[in-house]
Amino acid sequence: MAFSPEDLKIMDSIIKRYPRPRSAIMPLLHFVQSKAGYVTNEGIELIAKQLDLEAAEVTAVSTFYTQYKPSAIGEYHVGVCTNTLCAVMGGDAIFASLKDHLGIENDGVTEDGKVSLEHIECNAACDYAPVVMANWEFYDNQTVESAKELVDSMRAGSPKPPTRGPNKLVTWKEASAVLAGLNDGLANEGVQAGQPTLLGLKLSKEGK
Amino acid sequence: MTKLVPVLSAHWDEKDSFTLEAYKRHGGYKASEKALAMDPDAVIQLVKDSGLRGRGGAGFPTGMKWGFIPQGDNKDHYLVVNADESEPGTCKDTPLLMANPHVLIEGCIIACHAIRAKHAFIYIRGEVTHVVRRVNQAIADAYAAGILGNGVDVVLHIGAGAYICGEETALLDSLEGFRGQPRLRPPFPAIAGLYARPTVVNNVESISSVPAIVLNGAEWYQSMGTEKSKGTTLYSLSGHVANPGQFEAPLGITLREILELSGGVRKGHKLKFWTPGGSSTPLFTDEHLDVPLDYEGVAAAGSMLGTKALQIFDETTCVVRAVLRWTEFYKHESCGKCTPCREGTWWLVQILRDLEAGKGTEADLAKLLDLCDNIMGRSFCALGDGATSPITSSIKYFRDEYIAHLTNGGCPFDPVASTLFVGAGA
Repeated sequence: MAFSPEDLKIMDSIIKRYPRPRSAIMPLLHFVQSKAGYVTNEGIELIAKQLDLEAAEVTAVSTFYTQYKPSAIGEYHVGVCTNTLCAVMGGDAIFASLKDHLGIENDGVTEDGKVSLEHIECNAACDYAPVVMANWEFYDNQTVESAKELVDSMRAGSPKPPTRGPNKLVTWKEASAVLAGLNDGLANEGVQAGQPTLLGLKLSKEGK
Repeated sequence: MTKLVPVLSAHWDEKDSFTLEAYKRHGGYKASEKALAMDPDAVIQLVKDSGLRGRGGAGFPTGMKWGFIPQGDNKDHYLVVNADESEPGTCKDTPLLMANPHVLIEGCIIACHAIRAKHAFIYIRGEVTHVVRRVNQAIADAYAAGILGNGVDVVLHIGAGAYICGEETALLDSLEGFRGQPRLRPPFPAIAGLYARPTVVNNVESISSVPAIVLNGAEWYQSMGTEKSKGTTLYSLSGHVANPGQFEAPLGITLREILELSGGVRKGHKLKFWTPGGSSTPLFTDEHLDVPLDYEGVAAAGSMLGTKALQIFDETTCVVRAVLRWTEFYKHESCGKCTPCREGTWWLVQILRDLEAGKGTEADLAKLLDLCDNIMGRSFCALGDGATSPITSSIKYFRDEYIAHLTNGGCPFDPVASTLFVGAGA
């Protein structure tokens, strides 16, 4: 794909956020993913050109971070937390059943390109374990069944909404634009907090 | 019995708590107004007097860190907020930012004034799309209201999945557009941090604690907590408990107290082991229920307060499986810069896999401890040290369980029994 003049303008505005241009590499890589779906060679070369760096320098950064994908992934990228706490509480069982249900392995993509699967590390929602992420939105308190229903809803084209997130699950590319620091206007959607987040406050109001 | 004291979390139960309007409804941005009218040194002194210590794990006094920034040096100074919350078990900054991003922005304005910085960067992990939206919107709203842009600029920088970037110097390299690998210290960030300029790096919860301190005074903050651990903090309870969640309490509350008020360990089960502050802090057992959860109390009992991530595991959990999984995490997240961590964590995983599968020998336990000895204190940064914590502490308390894997020819535990859906028909 080619990047449009409008895209170049956005990339320029991302660079201008920082006192020094090189700091923009990470948001620019997220931006490339928002357009191409993954970190393409074209994207690498474009970033290198804009920042006056060698392509190898941009590649070195891109390959360090696991969120930058070297090849196409699903429209909905599903991450199952299998770090210790989630794993023990059901994450291992969820991950195994999703692999089986989707017929793909870790880092695999379904043939229809709808869903990709990855086991992920702790995603800072341990009081909602077991946790599944989709396009890095929270799906809290999952079970084997609820996780299967989630991926089925994605393949049917109407993904279930996140438990703590916007009213509708955005696509991988749309989420990548948010991670490039662009505002999609959805910040005010969804709950301010789930029940576990509020438990201490609630108990305190009951005099504890 | 210690009582819960919601300060940071006081208004999280209001549906629009994350908006500027809601924040102002409860006195939001009054503290920055007050601080901006004060001499910067007086702000630093106030934070020093409050006794506030870093909430990201190390517990370094926040005011003292600010005081290290050289003044009158005619250089740009920077504030960098570490919102790269990734330590296994840690889940406090993420809900804080989702429910109330403005308190962090106000804290940034106050801290920038104190250290004479014009730029603050918030480095947030990339795996939390909706939290990124909330913080970004809060920054935009603060600019639109003229709260930002008049002397202080805040830039949100979004990470891309690397635990090591929670280490402050790796975070700075990442923010400069490099691979996130730690730097040799000295020079410390206070002298040569971001872009080699004097920089303060503080955790989200630390900076977010500042507005209330400015509004209510150092004495108020000092009145809570213990002798050397002042104020309130967020304790994150997770795992095999009846009711997991966030509990804001004065430092020094015990796990027994938190379990009592929250409903205890899950029904029909008993506590086996727990982390006081994430997986990098040595494990505790049911012997440690009454350890005061403050910096000194936890250290005296042989662990670290860390991030106050209380991960609870009951008797259905295999400690070897738990430790292996954490070790696989450290191996995966090791940045590769130093040999003890890069090679050491790889070997730890190999040996633990054999042990869990019942294929090891008792000599492997000695080998594990020897490897840990060669990683601990010899690695470039704290990631390597942290990787050894679950291993050495679990062998200390559960040596027999490691041996049982060998005599049993494999793991004696049923993994289904430790899931939440056991007995639920799922």
